[in-house]
Amino acid sequence: MASGREIKTKIKSTQNMRKVTRALEMVSAAKIRRAQDMMKASRPYARSMRKVIAHVAQASTDFSHPFLTQREKVARVGYIVVSTDRGLCGGLNSNLFRRLLPAIAEWQQQGVQVDVVAIGQKAISFFRRLKGVNLIGSVSHLGERPKLEQLVGVIKVMMDAYTSNGLDRVFLAYNDFVNTMTQKPTIDALLPLPLVASEMEAHQAAGESAYAGVKLEASHDWDYIYEPDAQTVLEHVLGRYIESVVYQASLENLASEHAARMVAMKSASDNANKVIGELTLVYNKARQAAITQEISEIVGGAAAV
Amino acid sequence: MTTQTIRVDIVSAEAEIYHGDAVMVVATGELGELGITPRHAPLITRLKPGHVDVVLAGGERQQFWVSGGILEVQPQVITVLADTAARASDLDEASAQRAKKEAEDALAHRTDAVDIAEAQAKLVEAMTQLQALERLRKNLKH
Repeated sequence: MASGREIKTKIKSTQNMRKVTRALEMVSAAKIRRAQDMMKASRPYARSMRKVIAHVAQASTDFSHPFLTQREKVARVGYIVVSTDRGLCGGLNSNLFRRLLPAIAEWQQQGVQVDVVAIGQKAISFFRRLKGVNLIGSVSHLGERPKLEQLVGVIKVMMDAYTSNGLDRVFLAYNDFVNTMTQKPTIDALLPLPLVASEMEAHQAAGESAYAGVKLEASHDWDYIYEPDAQTVLEHVLGRYIESVVYQASLENLASEHAARMVAMKSASDNANKVIGELTLVYNKARQAAITQEISEIVGGAAAV
Repeated sequence: MTTQTIRVDIVSAEAEIYHGDAVMVVATGELGELGITPRHAPLITRLKPGHVDVVLAGGERQQFWVSGGILEVQPQVITVLADTAARASDLDEASAQRAKKEAEDALAHRTDAVDIAEAQAKLVEAMTQLQALERLRKNLKH
């Protein structure tokens, strides 16, 4: 059995650790409220945008925008991965990467090149180390209030790669905030739009609430009146769509980060409490045993005299 | 015959502004004023900074102001995706006046092309806000 002093140092260091985890828990608890508010405030816009885009994808327009045409042969795909900047948030990032890896491996088996745009420090360092993946753009340290301007650069890298550099599909990977206890690692198709529309139909068939009310016209025999003309309007709308979806993903991920950190730090604090309790018990037992032994030695010594 | 209505959603990047049924929506499209009633053909256009009026079944008018955005018309629903939007009654005349003055000052003093474009955009925004307020005030008098 460890000596009293050793146990005491252990108790002390566990107590210090508990201080840190508690502080982190409280910081996240304070920040999660605002992150959640921001996320909820911009959800209606992102959802309406998705509806409009689904409609656009169904319209039979004469103008063929690269975003609207689905190429049969897939030679290169892109992933926009949204992660956190800091760790200590449970399995949030690793769960997302674990969902991504099989998808990436599958593409690579088919001889498809995979390009990645990383948002957040964790994704940057993960994909820098991962072999066979091109990291074509990255941004980190978005802070507590991510701004669209911070994301525009990396979005542009991906869109340029799509329009001129042979990317055939673009996906978006992030943690969807369900509630404080649950964050769902999600991979959504972003481009081309027919892919998005068919994915949305699948979601709808599965009865997922986020897609309820997105009504898709099955027929393709109608088109919009475009003012002033199809090209101007579509370019504007499609640009806005990508920005709003990626922005929303970064907000969802931020709320997820705080929720996950809060829960992880809470359980770490609880564990520290438990360890401290157990160690205190061991310490007291050791102390008692030492005293008992000392007394019996004294008694034994006195009897011998 | 009951009056036909169509669902209207007005959302901005920060919040859901309006959601409900209407008999007509009036907005400023890139090519001019648009008045959209139920059974309108599908249409999609960019919006200029300006007002968006929603006429309810009872003849009541709800007025909004948008700084630009996208308007989409579908058989069952009209969607306005605004960059920023506000109920006209929430607009603050004093701050709009101030913004207008600031933009005018900036225009008078700057020479850089980028600055001028920015100031012009701000000026248009402030002026349309003031116009929306004026319209609102006129409607209240009636």
